[in-house]
Order: sequence, then C-alpha cells, then structure tokens
Amino acid sequence: MTITAPELEKTIYTRPESLTSVQTHYCPGCTHGVAHRLVAEVLDEMGLREKTVGVASVGCSVFAYNYFEVDFVQAPHGRAPAMATGVKRVLPDRTVFTYQGDGDMASIGMGEIVAAAARGENITVIFINNANYGMTGGQMAPTTLPGQKTTSSPNGRDVETQGYPVRAAELLATLEGTSYSVRRSLHDPKGIRNAKRAIRTAFEVQQRGLGFSMVELLSICPTNWGMSAINAMHWIEEKMIPFYPLGDYKVHPMLAEVKI
Amino acid sequence: MAKELLKGNVAIAEAAIRAGLQAYFGYPITPQTELLEWMSARMPELGRAFVQAESELGAINMVYGAACTGARVMTSSSSPGVSLMMEGISYIAGTELPAVIVDVMRGGPGLGNIAPAQADYNQIVHGGGHGDYNLLVLAPSSVQEAVDLTVLAFDLAEKYRTIVVVLLDGSLGQMMEPAELPPMKPLKTAYPEWAARGEPGDSRRVLSSIYLDPPAEEVANVRILNRWKEVEANEVRYKEYMLEDAKIAVVGFGTSGRVALSAARAARAEGIPVGLLRPVTLNPFPNKQIERLAETVDSILVVEMNAGQMLEDVLRDVKGRVPVEFFARVGGIVPLPDEILNEIRRMASQPLSTTGHPRDRWLKRMPQIMA
Repeated sequence: MTITAPELEKTIYTRPESLTSVQTHYCPGCTHGVAHRLVAEVLDEMGLREKTVGVASVGCSVFAYNYFEVDFVQAPHGRAPAMATGVKRVLPDRTVFTYQGDGDMASIGMGEIVAAAARGENITVIFINNANYGMTGGQMAPTTLPGQKTTSSPNGRDVETQGYPVRAAELLATLEGTSYSVRRSLHDPKGIRNAKRAIRTAFEVQQRGLGFSMVELLSICPTNWGMSAINAMHWIEEKMIPFYPLGDYKVHPMLAEVKI
Repeated sequence: MAKELLKGNVAIAEAAIRAGLQAYFGYPITPQTELLEWMSARMPELGRAFVQAESELGAINMVYGAACTGARVMTSSSSPGVSLMMEGISYIAGTELPAVIVDVMRGGPGLGNIAPAQADYNQIVHGGGHGDYNLLVLAPSSVQEAVDLTVLAFDLAEKYRTIVVVLLDGSLGQMMEPAELPPMKPLKTAYPEWAARGEPGDSRRVLSSIYLDPPAEEVANVRILNRWKEVEANEVRYKEYMLEDAKIAVVGFGTSGRVALSAARAARAEGIPVGLLRPVTLNPFPNKQIERLAETVDSILVVEMNAGQMLEDVLRDVKGRVPVEFFARVGGIVPLPDEILNEIRRMASQPLSTTGHPRDRWLKRMPQIMA
C-alpha cells in the first residue's frame, strides 16, 4: 500500500490572509505580533479582509499598515479615532478599525477616543496596554503602574506628582455610545484565546451597527521593561492584572444573541 | 439661477454642497458658525456625512480620514480654530490629499476678538504647519466671489491633490449680499486610483505621510514641489481695476481690497489716476503682475487688515523700483474708504519717502489714524 502525501502532511497553521508576508519590526517576544495575528484571523473568519480600512496610530504600531493585508491609513499621534470617523462616515458599509497603543489612545488621544465613543461611532478600537511608551524607549505612559520605573519615572511612578494610571476599558464603558468595552491579556494561551473571542465580538458589534467597540489588550514590552519575554508574561500576571482586572466592562444586551 | 440675498457663511456652505461635497466636519467658532449650522441641516437631509467634531483637531483629522477615501470633503473654522488644525493640515499635505478648508478670519493673536481681520495671511499663505508644503489660497471679496471660489476650490483640490483654503474675513462671512448659487452637481461616482476605500478586488491601498527613509522623503518633497510649480504656472488669479493709465496702484486682497476699490473710485472722481490690483489667489501670488505694475506706476499703496504681511510679498516683487506705502487697520478693524482715500491723496500730493520701511512709516502715522 502506498501512502499519499496528503496523509503524511496536513497544514494546521498558516499565516492569515489578512497578514502580509513580511517580517515585522517588533522586538523579539513582543505581543504586538500576537495581537496582529488575532485581528487578522478574525478579519479572515468574518470574510472582511477586502472590505476593511485600518487606521494606524503613532507608537510601536506606527507601521501596522505594513503588516495587515487590508487598506490602511496612518493617523497623527492620538487622532486615529477621528480619522476612523472620517473614513467610516463616508464608507459606512466598510469595516473600520484603529490599532492604538496606550500613549496614543490614553494620553495624547484621550480627547478623540472619548469623543468617538460618546458619539457611538461604529468603529472598532484595538488598544494595546503595555504600561509604557515603547517606541520612544520606555517612558512613563498614562498606564504606567504606581511605583513602576520607566526612563521618565526613574524612581518609580510617584502618584503624588505624576498622577494615577488610566483604566481605559472601565472609563470608556461609562459612555452611552460604547457598546462593547472589555480587557483581555496576551500573557498566556488561555488569555490569547479569550482575547481573540473579544476581538471577534468587537467586530461583530460593528457589523451589526451597534456602535463603538474597544478591546484593551494587556501586552508585554520585554525590551523596555528590561525582562525576558517569559518574565514579562509573569509580570503581567503578578503586577498588571491586579491593577487592570480582566473582564467585560460594557456589553450591549444584543450581543447575548451572538454566539462565537 | 436667480440671485438671492445670502449671508457669506451660508452661501459658502450651500455652494460647497452644490459642488458635490460628500462629507463635512466642523466645530463651532464665531464668525464662521453659520456655515456649520447650515451643513448640520442640509448634509443629513441629502444623505451626506456631517459630524460636529469634538474640537478642530478632531474635525481636521476626520477630514483627513474622509479625504483618504477620495471623497469631496471640507471643514471650516476661524483663526484660533485653524491654528488647532495645523497638525492635520501638515499631514494631509504630506499624504498629498485633496481637501477644502474655509478660514473666516477674526482678530488676534490669541483669543483676540470676533471682528474681521486678515492677520492669518502668513499662517495660511506662508506655512503654519511643519514641513515643506504649500496651500492653494483663494481670497474672495464678495459673497458672489466666495460662492464661485468655493466651487473652484474643490476642482483645484482634486486636480492638484492639494488643500485649498478659501480665506476670508469675518465681515464677508457675516454680511448678506445678492449672489447666485450654482446648480446642484451630482456626487462623484468614480474615485482616484490612490483612494483607500476597502474595495473588494482592489490591490491594497496605504495612505501615509511617513517616509522614514530620508531619500524617499526627499523624492516626496520634490514631487510635492513639482506639483506646486504647476499650480504656480496655471492658477494665478487676480483682478485689475482702472490700472490702464494709473500712476498710483493700490494692492489689497479680500475685504481690504474691496474697501480700497471704493477709495480708488472716489479718488478717480477727484481726478487722481489710481487703480487697484486685487490678488484672488494669495498662493500662488501674482508676483509677475506686481513686477509689471512696478514698471508702469509711480507708487504703490498696500492696504491690509494686518500689520503688513502681504506687504512683504509686494516689496519682494517691487524690488525698490517705486516707492511703496502701507496702510492698515489691525486687531479687528475694517479700514474706511475715506481713510484709504486720504492715503491716496497724500501719495498724489506729496513727495514719497524711499528710505526706511513702509510699515515703520505707517506705524508712525498710527497714533493719528487711531485717534
């Protein structure tokens, strides 16, 4: 009996069509790659690849437009939700998402994100929280934990003089226009699976025209945290999650019908 | 279409709608707000996009996003609001996208006041945002001209993939005059090849102002400049009045040009041979026309509602060949025809200084003018 090739080889893992075949500029171990892949898998599964316009931000994910096999535009720092609004209002039947880091969305772009959510803008926001400014070399971000050392809080974030971190998922959940606001983590396989389900739900919200959706993803930054990737994963579990609890902060009642 | 009595801001809004505007994003600011209000009623009625943004920063970035789709898009604001838009303006210019911006200027700097002024000439004509780029700037002096130039603005923006600014002052935005609106144009259905529209089957479109590799940025800068050279070659617009036999030429744009025309006509009635050149495009500036003027007249009077911003451009063209005088009211004051007439009379009757700077001589006269 001869054994045919298909029985010997079975492809179980490929690059999603919504990702381009290029090497990313992200640091080894960085979870931006995981987040990109999850978004791309969801776009593939929902058949949205050719009907999507992404909006890149400023920060480590500034070159996201190189990695997604969809139309992309590039926003000024913090303005991605406004730019996405412009795209979506002209092309309401397209899927429009922003991909923003914590400095971009929760600091310089706080005005734009809150206003977009308040308007119930029918866009999806992927928000990467890695507790520092990655691209510029690890400065204090609005999400930097109390006591956390960064290059601009060398003695640890002193909340007396440097204020408190921003919990974006909880904050946006308070707005009437927000239909979906959740926090997930990319530090372990279970967290990654949950993150993907949340990303899928967020795009389902947009598909159904339910309004603003945002998924906050706790993400590692081994280079600027000065840790190995594995230690950075542990740091998320031990330090970040206690301050940034994972959970669903706003879920539109109509999503009860959506089975993923 | 018949003439109607129209307020400047409303006339511009309706003209833009009839020129095929597909999306408007704005923020309230006096003396421009009626434009936004008109859009808020008309755009949804026509099934087109309207958003009152959270700020001018939001508005210009919504314009940026919408412009990426190749749609006809516009925002409007007034001086302090336009300052906030400078970030987005630079990005839109760097991404080589068409967009129209209406700037209804008011008194400044800072919060200033809500009275008419032309003090944002340098900001709009000579830059404002970062990087090497030019804005195509159209300066109407009547409601009718504002209508016509708004329609033209969309065509020029698309032709040259550039931002076109319709630059006027608060008096033009607020005043009512008879004007004829254009017929309603159908919305565009064909989009340029570069537009990012998430069209199934198309190849991937990426629009960005990033050229991380300096040689690539240099190529982009040169491409943008070459396109601007075409604008300079083809799009200079200006109006000449009574210049055939003029010995004194007045140069003024927008409202100050219009007031200067009244003064020039009054001076003609007194037998003074004066004419007016009114630049309609402030960028590209009618440099050649002013150079020619310096060969045919004995003196030139520049009139503005700012402290001599266009004056520097005129001086550069005149190259010291004839005396230049300057007259302005600033801070939100519109000059009176009689004030300009007095300047013309003075120039016609006295020997003119050729030393020092016209702005300095004007500043010395200002205590009497302000009294």
